[in-house]
Amino acid sequence: MGILDFLKRKPEPTATVAKERLRIIVAQERSTRGAPDYLPLMRNELLEVIKKYVNVDLDAININVERDSGHEVLELSVALPDGKAASTP
Amino acid sequence: MSAEIIVVTSGKGGVGKTTTSASLATGLAMAGKKVAVIDFDVGLRNLDLIMGCERRVVYDFVNVVHGEATIKQALIKDKRHENLFVLAASQTRDKDALTQEGVEKVLDDLSNDGFDFVVCDSPAGIEKGAHLAMYFADHAVVVVNPEVSSVRDSDRILGLLASKTRRAERGESGITQHLLLTRYNPARVAIGEMLSVKDVEEILGITVVGVIPESENVLAASNAGVPVILDENSHAGQAYRDTVARILGEARPLRFTEVAKKGFLQRVFGG
Ligand SMILES: Nc1ncnc2c1ncn2[C@@H]1O[C@H](COP(=O)(O)OP(=O)(O)OP(=O)(O)O)[C@@H](O)[C@H]1O
Ligand SMILES: [Mg+2]
Repeated sequence: MGILDFLKRKPEPTATVAKERLRIIVAQERSTRGAPDYLPLMRNELLEVIKKYVNVDLDAININVERDSGHEVLELSVALPDGKAASTP
Repeated sequence: MSAEIIVVTSGKGGVGKTTTSASLATGLAMAGKKVAVIDFDVGLRNLDLIMGCERRVVYDFVNVVHGEATIKQALIKDKRHENLFVLAASQTRDKDALTQEGVEKVLDDLSNDGFDFVVCDSPAGIEKGAHLAMYFADHAVVVVNPEVSSVRDSDRILGLLASKTRRAERGESGITQHLLLTRYNPARVAIGEMLSVKDVEEILGITVVGVIPESENVLAASNAGVPVILDENSHAGQAYRDTVARILGEARPLRFTEVAKKGFLQRVFGG
């Protein structure tokens, strides 16, 4: 891309930014809906731990609480960035 | 036949619940239904002003719940429609003045009195008042503005409607959820400054029952104490009429969601 293209490039419309942000936060809040109140905090603490090893952000962590007869299962999945582990401490 | 209970709710404050409750109740009455509209905003009575009956409030919702007045004494008959009644909120500062049993009794009494619809104007938030307003509902109108915090809050409310209502707790068929997008400005949508109808529908995963444009006629209507649905020349009033018809099961296309194209004469002569 030439320098002219770069200069001419319009900023992203704010509505597009809003939509993208909402898409992420709504999905995140739905996944923890009805789950225990400690979940968001736990998710953040888990992120801190995972970050020591892999460079991920909050969106990469998916927490799900499944209920089946009598017991609850906490499901945690972390999407790793392609092949890029953080430098070993 | 028991009355159908419709809650008008949103989570976020100031998005147009009271404006919508007044127009919805009036529109249902215009369709020949016997309707009561109840202000659940304890401590912040407002619906009476929008309906134009503020000087005729003698008894309120809390008086009825506490047995200080009968429901018949407290219902205010609308000036314009004889089958439309308003039950005002109390101005008490006691947020616990309403109880679930009390609300249930009022709704049962209205049902037994032959009302077809009871419209419940919810307070903002997700606290007790909002919970009581939605608990007994059969239908919900979730009012949302094309703006990030309102959209996020309405998603939470949709979640609560699906889990924290009597229908949900009893495992009955769920509440019918209607999403109503209000204060919509097609010109700002066209230039990418405002979320579109489609954006909001995609984010929330539910289609809208109506789109009410941002309109100066809404303020004029509230100044006068006449629900905007009665202003048949205004786009907001017409959009509310369409919305009520859809809630009653009629299919009508959306209007006023595109930037108005100038007519031939306007193009020639400007304006
Ligand atoms: N379509 C519209 N166009 C322009 N203004 C509007 C529209 N709908 C509502 N308003 C204005 O927005 C303000 C808030 O409306 P309203 O009181 O109905 O909101 P609410 O959700 O009931 O608020 P609260 O949460 O405080 O109960 C009012 O000033 C009203 O006139
Ligand atoms: Mg209100």
